[in-house]
Amino acid sequence: MLMDNRKMNALGKACCQFWHSSIGKKIVVAVTGLMLVGFLIGHVAGNLLMFQGRDAMNGYAQFLHHFAHGWGIWFARIGLLAAFVLHIVATVALVRRNRAARASRYECDATVQASRGSRIMIWSGLTILAFLVFHILHFTVRIDPGLASLQDADYAAAHGGEARHDTFAMVMRGFQNPLVSLFYIVGVTLLCSHLSHGVASIFQTLGLRGKHSERAIQRLGWVVAIAIWAGFLSVPVTIVTRLKKDSGAAATTAVSPRAPATARR
Amino acid sequence: MNFTLKVWRQRSPNAKGQIETYEAQDIPADASFLEMLDIVNERIVEGGGEPIHFDHDCREGICGMCSLTINGIPHGKDSGITTCQLHMRKFSDGDTIFIEPFRARAFPILRDLVVDRSAFDRIIAAGGFISVRTGSAVEANSLPVPKDDADASFDAAACIGCGACVAACKNASAMLFVGAKAAHLNLLPQGKPEKDRRALAMVRQMDAEGFGNCTNQYECEAVCPKSISATVIAKLNRDYTVASVKEAVC
Repeated sequence: MLMDNRKMNALGKACCQFWHSSIGKKIVVAVTGLMLVGFLIGHVAGNLLMFQGRDAMNGYAQFLHHFAHGWGIWFARIGLLAAFVLHIVATVALVRRNRAARASRYECDATVQASRGSRIMIWSGLTILAFLVFHILHFTVRIDPGLASLQDADYAAAHGGEARHDTFAMVMRGFQNPLVSLFYIVGVTLLCSHLSHGVASIFQTLGLRGKHSERAIQRLGWVVAIAIWAGFLSVPVTIVTRLKKDSGAAATTAVSPRAPATARR
Repeated sequence: MNFTLKVWRQRSPNAKGQIETYEAQDIPADASFLEMLDIVNERIVEGGGEPIHFDHDCREGICGMCSLTINGIPHGKDSGITTCQLHMRKFSDGDTIFIEPFRARAFPILRDLVVDRSAFDRIIAAGGFISVRTGSAVEANSLPVPKDDADASFDAAACIGCGACVAACKNASAMLFVGAKAAHLNLLPQGKPEKDRRALAMVRQMDAEGFGNCTNQYECEAVCPKSISATVIAKLNRDYTVASVKEAVC
């Protein structure tokens, strides 16, 4: 028992030392960043179901909410929240230490090769945080009762009146507000900037970048960032441009020709 | 050639420093940057002033002693050279040149452009060595080393410890230096037995000295006079993480 306690103490001490070291915190940022990139890829793939129509989108949302008897989404949310908090806490601690390490600035400052995205990581990250709070309140918590009360009438008719939230209509209606779409576009563009540096940095921090792979990793970072940017923006841009074209006549069916007409308001 | 120099002057470590302006006139185009400063200093001394203090030694790019930040870039804008290898012909006649010390909390300014880089020595003392005497050079084939490992180790060993990586990094991170010194030994059979202890000790000393953290912008790589690749930092991250896990579970 005494031996076990000693081992536990040694393990705890080693974990503390790792967390307090510069590389330890960077590893935490990289691992949590990898988890968040994985979530973003899943999220953007889900968003693209908007182009498949109302049933596909609402069915996907229903699957997420009922996966593992409804526990799955909460496990995912708690895991993501933990990753997000750790990512921010470790990053802020690193930034504070970095600023202390370079207390005095050069009178003549110059940058040789650092990318613009890499130089605004903390600011793009904090703006993404603000955007995320709004995004969750908007589409997850649904503080707007008009969005929260939307029901999928087709599904109810086909399933004996069983209720299902109309996620498709919620997204359509949510992006009809130009300010919401604009904030979304700004937020996702900053996310792309963040990822353009962040994805390649994950490989470097985890020690997976070598002389033969450095260019490929840099390109992969850009490909992932641009693919996620294009995927996320495709939905609001399509909604806003189609709305303008159709003058709102068939507003909620604009994204997909396969969307049932019941979404019309 | 004629130049206007904006030079950081600071009388002592705790004194308040400031930029002072000097006119450097009739400088030969083939003079090195340090020779230009020698000429300016001679004129300052002749005028009864205090010469500009700056570090220098071998003046052939191998000692790592010169340490100037020129127009915001350590060792100047040309890649793969030290300040002593920079020549005035690389500038245009009439240029204004900012000359500042390497700036980092871990490199305190001693006077003018001279900084204390002994933090690097303490990092080396923490683990940048092989504990046992490896003896005289043995017959090469008696200890086979894979060619890729030998080349990578040799590239890392080219580090002259000048500190330009720290000076260029916006976080004043020393990870290119520590990564190079650790990779140099960790890649070779003689250094492998102490690989874990070395990685832990050098990184902990680096943190204790107050250096910042790498944010993967690779400014260090761009200004390194020996063109050491930032992939040594990736290897240091890997070695430190593996050593930490072993320390925790063993």
